[in-house]
Amino acid sequence: MEHIVIIGNGIAGVTAARHIRKLSDKKITIVSAESEYFFSRTALMYVYMGHMKFEHTQPYENHFWKKNRIDLVRGYVTKVNTQEKSLQIDGAPNLSYDKLIIASGSKPNKFGWPGQDLDGVQGLYSKQDLELLEENAPNSKVCKRAVIIGGGLIGIELAEMLRTRDIPVTFLVRESSFWNSVLPSGESEMINEHIREHHIDLRLGSSLKEIKPDENGKVKSIVVEETGEEIDCNLVGLTAGVAPNVDFLEDSEIELGRGVKVNRFLETNIMDAYAIGDCAEQHEAIGNRRPIEAVWYTGRMMGETLAQTICGNRMEYQPGHWFNSAKFLDIEYQTYGWVFSERRKKETEIHFHWRHPKEKICITVAFDKDSETVLGINTFGIRLRHEVFDRWLSEKRTIDFVMEHLRDTNFDPEFYTNFESQIVSKYNSDFGKSINLKKKNLKRIFQIA
Amino acid sequence: MSTYNKNMALTGEPPKSLSLGQKMAVFMGTSGLGILLLAVFNVSFPNKALWLTLSLSAISIGTIWFSWDAYSKKIPGIKNDGVWFKSISSRGLWGWVAGLALTGFYVVLYFYPEYLGLVNDGDNKDVIALFDPLSEFLNGNPASQWFVYGTLYTVAILVFGIKFLWKYRHNRYERLRTLSVMFFQTGFAFIIPELMARLNGHKILDGGSLPYYDLKNIWPLNYYNFEGYRIKMFLSSGEIGFGLLIFGILSIFVITPILTYKYGKRWYCSWVCGCGGLAETAGDSFRQLSDKSTFAWKVERWVVHSVVVFVTLMTTAVIYSYLGTDTSKYWLTKSTFLIGVATLLTLVFGWVMIFKRKQLQKDAQYGAIGYFVIIIALIGFHFFSGDGEVFLFKSGTLRKSYSFLIGSIFSGVIGTGFYPIFGSRVWCRFGCPMAAILGFQQKLFSRFRITTNGGQCISCGNCSTYCEMGIDVRAYAQKGENIVRASCVGCGICSAVCPRGVLKLENGPLKGRIDSNQVLLGNDVDLMTLVNEK
Repeated sequence: MEHIVIIGNGIAGVTAARHIRKLSDKKITIVSAESEYFFSRTALMYVYMGHMKFEHTQPYENHFWKKNRIDLVRGYVTKVNTQEKSLQIDGAPNLSYDKLIIASGSKPNKFGWPGQDLDGVQGLYSKQDLELLEENAPNSKVCKRAVIIGGGLIGIELAEMLRTRDIPVTFLVRESSFWNSVLPSGESEMINEHIREHHIDLRLGSSLKEIKPDENGKVKSIVVEETGEEIDCNLVGLTAGVAPNVDFLEDSEIELGRGVKVNRFLETNIMDAYAIGDCAEQHEAIGNRRPIEAVWYTGRMMGETLAQTICGNRMEYQPGHWFNSAKFLDIEYQTYGWVFSERRKKETEIHFHWRHPKEKICITVAFDKDSETVLGINTFGIRLRHEVFDRWLSEKRTIDFVMEHLRDTNFDPEFYTNFESQIVSKYNSDFGKSINLKKKNLKRIFQIA
Repeated sequence: MSTYNKNMALTGEPPKSLSLGQKMAVFMGTSGLGILLLAVFNVSFPNKALWLTLSLSAISIGTIWFSWDAYSKKIPGIKNDGVWFKSISSRGLWGWVAGLALTGFYVVLYFYPEYLGLVNDGDNKDVIALFDPLSEFLNGNPASQWFVYGTLYTVAILVFGIKFLWKYRHNRYERLRTLSVMFFQTGFAFIIPELMARLNGHKILDGGSLPYYDLKNIWPLNYYNFEGYRIKMFLSSGEIGFGLLIFGILSIFVITPILTYKYGKRWYCSWVCGCGGLAETAGDSFRQLSDKSTFAWKVERWVVHSVVVFVTLMTTAVIYSYLGTDTSKYWLTKSTFLIGVATLLTLVFGWVMIFKRKQLQKDAQYGAIGYFVIIIALIGFHFFSGDGEVFLFKSGTLRKSYSFLIGSIFSGVIGTGFYPIFGSRVWCRFGCPMAAILGFQQKLFSRFRITTNGGQCISCGNCSTYCEMGIDVRAYAQKGENIVRASCVGCGICSAVCPRGVLKLENGPLKGRIDSNQVLLGNDVDLMTLVNEK
């Protein structure tokens, strides 16, 4: 029986395993150093915040794996020998495989800052990082101030986490506004306000010069590059993005770039070795996507695709329309299609932006200047129906159509106050149109003839 | 950074201490309870109306003050920080203390009301006496242990309802739902029945007396509604009494199915019902304690449906016992009644087995067949033997056992007493026959579902953790499948706590209500079709 070995029990590896099991009877083994069972990485923050216990982040009950004949091995893969098709594992006996799937995920970026390896300096990615955080910042007595370096999704999560334990947080963001390499300025500005509203000391346009130790080699303070200001702190959170976790492959014959180089079939340069998820790097970017996509959803989609290939139906990784979501403190964010920030957008990409006069709610729709085709949408504080917007993107609907049918795509809970009429009236006045908003229609939404 | 082989327990140390305001609020609330406790231990208060007012006000203001301090100054949003660190909400010491205290209260209430001061012939004593003035004001009679309980129950729903309104003030669905349960408890469960009692003996009732009737309390939750003494009272109270009896019958056979078809069982369980109302308000801090395992789900299905069978048999037996045999006196006789029950059950069973079998799991089908055969056999056995008592037990024995096991032990002692241990909906999930019947309709014949939003789920587990009914919501959401579960009471918290906007409670078309996708939206269209077409 063919033996499939998967390195990494994150969403990519586990999705691949589940789908291979659905399609075949192959022997499946998952090797992980991080945890005994699959858990949702994105939920680690809730464990620290006390919303959940660690067990709650595990999507499957412990008996699931045995029942589905997926073997779990706890250990750290130190060497991959593609000639002999075997793995050397620290903490478990060596394994041999017929097909290898590398799904080893990411690790936090470190950019060679002085002091970056001191006690009290850490990233937030793995279960071990969470455990370390409990040590470094259990409460505001042990951790009198934390400094977070890097204004992205993990940075703001870490800030939210620490605030639930009343730990004062200084948040250094290199950009002139939070996440404005991705978000258009109106949205980014709104998030700045919300961060400050949560009593987080947000420092825009500030980067890290160095981290200073005390006499015991523990972090004592950091120095800001731009101002030279020294800030005392007991914890430094390094959240300036992640990079593929592929160091263990350096001696192998598998081709590496920043991650494991793969083609559209998620195959590496070596026969029977594949890579999926955060650690995979496409030779050429797909559409507007980046060559490395460190996102939950893409990890899952690659797992679904590769399972087909492994089970004899060789298939390209062909993601559909881009989508993503996040939560910035209390504000939910969803995106479908592409809305680029001012820094990255083309001249032909026009934005329509609406923001609620009082509440932290806004929406940006991007469309093409000439054809008026909608390119994407960002919403903050409004939920959208994935299926409907995805369909509109496929159908290449115009901005006028989207505005007219905006109510069909609303996914907010029942009885919520809706803002479609304000949005459309701003659209009409911004672009000199006279769109009439249509009523929500179940037949259109659910595609019933 | 070494990221492996570092096994360590996660021990949270959040700020869980109380603010000064909260401490004072706790002191105030406890003193209110203290007055009641002193009354239990024979301290006689001179001016009962004054002390009762003091006590209830202190409890209410204390609780409201505490919630105001906890929520009103914070930015609106999800407020679950530290839930699993606090001893009261994570089965810690305070959780157990509260559980034991509540359980003890229910044991005394149901089985030893004399310790609360109930005196059947003569003036009440102790804590019940303290409630006499309020009871006399409302219904003109001295209080009973049930009046005391009803008052405290209503106060709990109101003050914890206010807490819930603050906690979820960003969520209009939650606010409206909570206002609704607060209204139905105060109006329908508490004030209207008390006022109705004032009509007793009045000429608009033809001089008759109405039984105590909480109009929103529907059979089989209200398992005693069709007992002989109540039927006599209804029938002796003129057109109003007769109307109420008809309303009771229509409630279960007509009103309930229509509303459940349109909105799911939530219209009742989390918008109207008193048990649900208490669970959603006072029980909100314990919703995360429900057991999400597939094993618990299996136990739930067997136990709750067994209770339905039990209550059906018991009610049939009780009604049968007081019916006559002479058709010339009254059209409904023992035999027509039994034939009616058997026909109705056969129709329901037939409809499910013919049209809806695919939606039932294997064990549900076996269970349904087994129970159907047993009931029909018992009815048939009796019908042809023409024995004096129906079924194998006397109707009185069935009635007493049901009232003791289900009505008291299950719904009260375990259902509410164990809030801090098993979560807030133990009764609704494992015991309530009404919830089971509504759930059966919801699963098989309703427009209600929780829609999963394409591929947006990140499997974080907030939805499952905070589901009071122990539904593993995530198991569906991460597959892109809608949630259509018999037990879902539609509280909407899964949707509220979801950080990615994945879940929406809604009423939609029956077609495509359950979407089972093996590959989720966001992927290559060909791959989705390929896998999902299987």
